[in-house]
Amino acid sequence: MTEASTRETYGKTLVELGRENENIVVLDADLSPSTMTTFFAQEFPRRFFDCGLQEQNMIGIAAGLAASGKIVYVSSFAIFVSCRCYDQLRVCLSQSNLNVKIVATHGGITVGEDGTSHHAIEDLALFCALPGFTVIVPADAVETAAAVRQAARDYGPCYIRLSRPKTPLVYSEGYQFTSGRAVTMRQGKDATIIAAGIMVAKALEAADALARQDIDCRVINMHTLKPLDEHAVVAAASETGAIVVAEEHLAQGGLGSRVAQVVGSELPVPMGFVNLGDSYALSGKADELLERSGLTAKGIEKSVRSVVERK
Amino acid sequence: MPIPSRDDSRRAVDIVSYCRIQSGLSSMPDHSTSSAAGRPVGSRFNLSTPELRQMATRLRRHVITMIATAGSGHPGGSLSAADIVAALYFRILRHDPDDPQWPDRDRFIMSKGHAAPILYAALAEAGYLPVSELVTLRRLDSRLQGHADRKSTPGVEMSAGSLGMGLSFAIGVSLAAKLDTKAYRTYALLSDGESQEGQTWEAALSAAQFGLDNLVAVIDYNGIQLSGWTRDIMSLEPFAEKWQAFGWHTIDIDGHDIDQILSACSEAEATKGRPTAIIAHTVKGKGVSFMENNVAFHGKAPTREEAETALKELE
Repeated sequence: MTEASTRETYGKTLVELGRENENIVVLDADLSPSTMTTFFAQEFPRRFFDCGLQEQNMIGIAAGLAASGKIVYVSSFAIFVSCRCYDQLRVCLSQSNLNVKIVATHGGITVGEDGTSHHAIEDLALFCALPGFTVIVPADAVETAAAVRQAARDYGPCYIRLSRPKTPLVYSEGYQFTSGRAVTMRQGKDATIIAAGIMVAKALEAADALARQDIDCRVINMHTLKPLDEHAVVAAASETGAIVVAEEHLAQGGLGSRVAQVVGSELPVPMGFVNLGDSYALSGKADELLERSGLTAKGIEKSVRSVVERK
Repeated sequence: MPIPSRDDSRRAVDIVSYCRIQSGLSSMPDHSTSSAAGRPVGSRFNLSTPELRQMATRLRRHVITMIATAGSGHPGGSLSAADIVAALYFRILRHDPDDPQWPDRDRFIMSKGHAAPILYAALAEAGYLPVSELVTLRRLDSRLQGHADRKSTPGVEMSAGSLGMGLSFAIGVSLAAKLDTKAYRTYALLSDGESQEGQTWEAALSAAQFGLDNLVAVIDYNGIQLSGWTRDIMSLEPFAEKWQAFGWHTIDIDGHDIDQILSACSEAEATKGRPTAIIAHTVKGKGVSFMENNVAFHGKAPTREEAETALKELE
């Protein structure tokens, strides 16, 4: 599969948006060469503010700019812009319902060698807990561009999580993205894999392997964790009778929890979960860490076989 | 839209005559019905120093009544800020109660969100909401939340309550003014206690870095926080020197002296290239003898009897 960088796409999309709308401003916390907001900073220095290593202050500044009519994009690594400034996110953005778009790069364990302190694996739970936030994990660079653009059109606080390494492309140009509406990547009747982010490509790979074993798997890209496309979840439960949720996140509070809440209340079916459980990862190459944690096509495949047996 | 001059006092005529008519809390009319018509957009109120003193007393009376009625709240930090808030809302700030979102308005950012009652009192007296609504403070379905909430109350710029966030927000507002080449100024009211928060100093660093001479931080330095004297818990001294070291122009004043407040705001406006911190030395609970310098009244409502005594002292 061809690979592309979601953060590089983000940086380029931001420049396009900046050209189209002079109301767009961008904040970063000393990480612009990594988050790729540096492209925007070069073209629009007046509308770019480097807040230094001050994530809490940055969120407050973003709120003040948004309250003054700006569309504010804020970037940092996922771990720092979630955990480091959570109270500010809560009071200044969520409670205040201000138009700030948090686009975080370096989400999940694929950050790799930097190790535990840099692995954002609780960020989705944190942002999903904030009332009013839209939470999006694009599956690839194409979807990233679409989501970043859509965020500028929709009013309200938003969190978009991107990755450090290049990721496989699952979409081609012309893909139509709608926030809050899941995409069925592949139809199937025996089970459904619901995935987000880098796990979508792995889910497709797993579905191919399962097809060879006569298990016909539906694959859903649940790019928007909040608001969740509950209809797609209920349809999957009703039409396939078993669901596996795959995500690069801890077990609690992320996509798995959110899907399980819908399944539990609407139409209980056997479920499986492919995630990071309840422990941190350590240093290592991204692929090694994914392998060690079972966040692989094989891991998904195994979980699907298990839920199908329990039907 | 041209910025109206300070001499534009047509609005002030209304408010001054209104103030002179009023004598007690019980007889206050619904101010919202009398505020709007015929006022120029964006003017300042233009109360004189003696009138501002009277206004500060009126605001203090509101604070006592509101918190006593609610049965909970933070009287001390509202009373210490009364003179500052009165001077800002009725002399310094360009604002329009009939158009709370007027893009050219000066911004008042209440960072010490527990002092919401003094802000609500000023907003009501200015005509943003009926004075009669003040006693709904903290009640279910009231627009007057326990801590300032921008979504609930017209005229409230920022949601606050978790301390140390207001200066950052004010920086964002000030940066927007620079980007849009607007002349409005931003005033953030901080407490001394919240100056213990690290974020306040992050903000202090960055406001200087961004050269925000359209930003003023007013610190209501009443010396007391929830559990005791600031100097005993986590001393801020030397305070002015800290702001200076962070790149700010500083002015130390008596925060209960209206003329000093006014002249400090003028000095801040004349200071170019860097932000100004007005360190307003105040007395917690100012104006009510048994609340002054009394830690207990940081976050405790007066009883009915205490409220009656307080209102007598505030005549």
